Amino acid sequence: MKFRTEKIAKSDRIPKLVKALFEKMPEIEPDRAVLLTESYKSTEGEPIITRRAKAFAHILENIPITIRENELIVGSATKAPRSCQVFPEYSYEWLEAEFDTVASRSADPFYISEETKSILSEVYKYWKGKTTRELADSYMSHDARTAFEHSVFTPGNYYYNGVGHVTVDYPKVLAVGYAGIIAEAQARLDDIKQGDPDYGEKYHFLTAVITSCKAACDYAKRYSALAAEMAGRESDPERSRELREIARICSRVPESGACSFYEACQSFWFVQMLLQTESSGHSISPGRFDQYMYPYLKKDLDDGKITYEKAQELIDCIWVKLNDLNKCRDAESAEGFAGYSLFQNLIAGGQDKYGRDATNDLSFMCITATEHVFLPQPSFSVRVWNGSPHEFLLRAAELTATGIGLPAYYNDEVIIPALQNRGLTLEDARDYNIIGCVEPQKAAKTDGWHDAAFFNMLRPLEMVFSEGYDKGQLIGKRTAPVTKMSTFEEFLGAYREQMNYFIELLVNADNAIDRAHAERCPLPFQSSMVDDCIARGKSVQQGGAVYNFTGPQGFGIANIADGLYAIKKLVFEEKKYTLDYFRKALEDNFGKPTDEKMSEKLTAKVVKALAENGTEITEELVKAVYREIRTNKCSESEKAGYEKLLSDIESLDKYGNDSEEVDTFAREMAYTYTKPLEKYKNPRGGTFQAGLYPVSANVPLGEHTGATPDGRLAFTPIADGVSPAAGRDKKGPTAAANSVSALDHFIASNGTLFNMKFHPSALRGRSGLESFVALIRGYFDRKGSHMQFNVVSRETLRDAQKHPENYRSLVVRVAGYSALFTTLSKGLQEDIINRTEQQSF
Amino acid sequence: MEENILSVQGRIFNIQRYSIHDGPGIRTIVFLKGCPLRCRWCCNPESQKYEKETMVTAGKAETVGRDVTVGEVMEEVEKDRVYYLRSGGGMTLSGGEFTVQPEFSGSLLREARNRGINTAVETCGFTRKEVFEELLPHIDTVLLDIKHIDGEKHRQFTGQDSTVIKENALFIAKKAKKLIVRTPVIPTFNDTLKEIREIAEFAYSLGTVKELHLLPYHRIGSDKYAGLGREYTMKNIAVPDKLKMEELLSVVNSTGLKGQIGG
Repeated sequence: MKFRTEKIAKSDRIPKLVKALFEKMPEIEPDRAVLLTESYKSTEGEPIITRRAKAFAHILENIPITIRENELIVGSATKAPRSCQVFPEYSYEWLEAEFDTVASRSADPFYISEETKSILSEVYKYWKGKTTRELADSYMSHDARTAFEHSVFTPGNYYYNGVGHVTVDYPKVLAVGYAGIIAEAQARLDDIKQGDPDYGEKYHFLTAVITSCKAACDYAKRYSALAAEMAGRESDPERSRELREIARICSRVPESGACSFYEACQSFWFVQMLLQTESSGHSISPGRFDQYMYPYLKKDLDDGKITYEKAQELIDCIWVKLNDLNKCRDAESAEGFAGYSLFQNLIAGGQDKYGRDATNDLSFMCITATEHVFLPQPSFSVRVWNGSPHEFLLRAAELTATGIGLPAYYNDEVIIPALQNRGLTLEDARDYNIIGCVEPQKAAKTDGWHDAAFFNMLRPLEMVFSEGYDKGQLIGKRTAPVTKMSTFEEFLGAYREQMNYFIELLVNADNAIDRAHAERCPLPFQSSMVDDCIARGKSVQQGGAVYNFTGPQGFGIANIADGLYAIKKLVFEEKKYTLDYFRKALEDNFGKPTDEKMSEKLTAKVVKALAENGTEITEELVKAVYREIRTNKCSESEKAGYEKLLSDIESLDKYGNDSEEVDTFAREMAYTYTKPLEKYKNPRGGTFQAGLYPVSANVPLGEHTGATPDGRLAFTPIADGVSPAAGRDKKGPTAAANSVSALDHFIASNGTLFNMKFHPSALRGRSGLESFVALIRGYFDRKGSHMQFNVVSRETLRDAQKHPENYRSLVVRVAGYSALFTTLSKGLQEDIINRTEQQSF
Repeated sequence: MEENILSVQGRIFNIQRYSIHDGPGIRTIVFLKGCPLRCRWCCNPESQKYEKETMVTAGKAETVGRDVTVGEVMEEVEKDRVYYLRSGGGMTLSGGEFTVQPEFSGSLLREARNRGINTAVETCGFTRKEVFEELLPHIDTVLLDIKHIDGEKHRQFTGQDSTVIKENALFIAKKAKKLIVRTPVIPTFNDTLKEIREIAEFAYSLGTVKELHLLPYHRIGSDKYAGLGREYTMKNIAVPDKLKMEELLSVVNSTGLKGQIGG
């Protein structure tokens, strides 16, 4: 046997660690914000990179540390498990505004104590006018901000938070430790010439790198001391011995290179958690863990220093720790990234940089760890290529069959050439890993800005019908009235014009935010582990990485394809309806009442406005407002006409059914987003590249989108990723996969996301698994890029909605990540339930 | 010749993709219209008559049955080619009964094989021996139903005697590349240990049969009877439980065959 494929038993420690994670509701802790502010106050006037490094050091020196019960891998960002720190340097107003609601909101609630509220209120006074968000605002053009406010796109993620979305040089830290990196920075410092025009910038950057790396080493030593102290007090001799070992390890790593697998695990973890203390950016992705950790495992196994069981326990402990970190986002973003997810993507399998298969025993152990821990993090992925071992994919399929929504499957055969097309060398492209949800990049060399924005492709279509107006305001291009359009090409031309206009504004918004991060929040610690920052003497945020990209996501492909196809057929070919009739039908929401959930939200808004105007609010009034909103005022004959229109739309071919004409259309429509974007540049010297996926933003952004010509009603969810619209794919999984593979996945090099939902019966038994693997292989043969699966029956999900208490640990695939089903908002739960369920026949 | 084969016409009522329980791998099933049997439990009653008919589904009347050419069917079958290659799957002819339209079936099977697509058939076995003689060379896997050994009971529940089927089984067993026997387990008809044992022993006696699949009775399809304006005579029959099926499975296994529940 080439691989050790048999399953390794789970240590008793793991369920205890998992249980402890979920004993309390996640909480907001103020310590980091307080320490950061203290440091900033004492460094006014110094270069920003120096201030960042000093603040990082001050935080790590003083933030409370804790070793949780039963832990073998230590290092916690917060006192309580799954809690979060606060990052006021990016933005803070939203949290202040949500102090009283953050504990009870529907998506990702956090407990916050009165004491914390008052501490943070005090801290916030300092930050007014100093955040990246505020600076980004002043760099953004008026038109871009308007489009943002009108929900054509949202760059909200990096607007409110750190960027994250990086895989750093873990193997370097494991090999030489921070001592090695400090030496490298020092050597560079000795090398720069005092006559260089940018001497000062380089000097301060390199010094900041050294300060940050030293701070990381000292932080580990605090854990060493704490472990030693706890060992002394510990009555259980076994635990005492474990603590002494922790003390020993934390005194060595991450300062020095790791000498054992255990040391490598602990060193890895410090890197992972400290990156998320330096900045609030998520998607800090461990990447090819099975590759860089394997040499340490193999050596210890060969030397007889470790057993497979012990190694598995350590890996499992890391998996638990990945779920201990958390992040509080603003209420709206929380809906777009629902499920407390940090998107720490960890990938196994695939080719090495020489193009040979790199699967090893550790790749299998990663699958086992996900089974053992059974939590959403890490966002576990596998790479697939024509040479992937069958037993590896079969084992991965077994994990899929558990219903956890992991792993996600990625296609080397598409991603490698797609990255080469963006300028990566062949070796770098072969060594790719995934960031966050679905975004490929080369580790330790890339600043990909992978989640730069969500771009709602349906909004520009609305603008075609409204001649660029939204809510009475001109926000788009003033294209011709639809009554004046006599060919489909004219209509499509207007759509392209609107798209091009908004894409340029999206670029403007992203670049404004990009500059703000470079100026106000450069990250010296992260930059110490990304090439070529040290050589160039500048941070990642200032363009220090070898590869620089900005990757905003377009979504709504399925609705656009189906909608434009409907117009082409019904208006221009069959001539059954006029464009103006379509316009009216969309405005009237096809004669249907406003979506129930949306009506409630709108009612609340109107009532609030009335109250502010001094109107007395009675129950009667609220009901009247609601009734008004819910009532569609169309006449019966109008409604009958719209019914006929809807039924005509319904009977047309739809994307997702392997119909060549519609699928080709979808491909063309995807280009309206992916192609214009390519020509734009970002301030870090890189280019824009499109992705096609919404994370979970298709639900909240659907609420800002009126009815669309594919028959989608106003304010309802938009299709997720590149998947067919919910319920419209009716010919089974191969037909859906063929439709999706008809898109150009190479040009969408920031990633595409294809969700499929299976009924558990389809994966039952060996033959079910074999067919499932063949389905993935077949989709990948047809040049699809990514696939992910929910294997849980509709009945189970319905029951979980009714009895959440029985399903606390039910994990489902949301978008490019998995989350606990019961923590998702109602809207998102519905969206997941409504995805077409593929049965086997 | 090539063109001739592609233009051969036949009558089908459905093509179903990603079928993973009817023959090896991922398969596309072509359902042909027309069957010589009238099994009372049949879950595809719209398949039985060769004539086109109207069926009401969810309040909507639809015509069941359309005439298509081999070329048109192959176009649909070709869509999943990569999945067949990856899974060892291919095309399955089902029905109805593929032997009712021998020229069409034969052309489909030959054409698929010429294109390197694996072929399978699901059959009730009730036809002239010559039809199998002609078609078997183009079939990779035969899934043959043996529903009952006793001729009279067979007639009572399916409309036909079992003698022809048993004779054909013997012939198929000799000539087929691979033969799998399948038995729908229908309470009140064949769900006793004795009846299943007789079927299994018969299958074993054929010599080349290694597998027997027990397909538990289910009610999916019972609504179609009303949609066709027909009476569903099995409505008071309970679905066999898991315990019962396992009991029957061990009977199958005791004969030396490899039994399995489900296709």
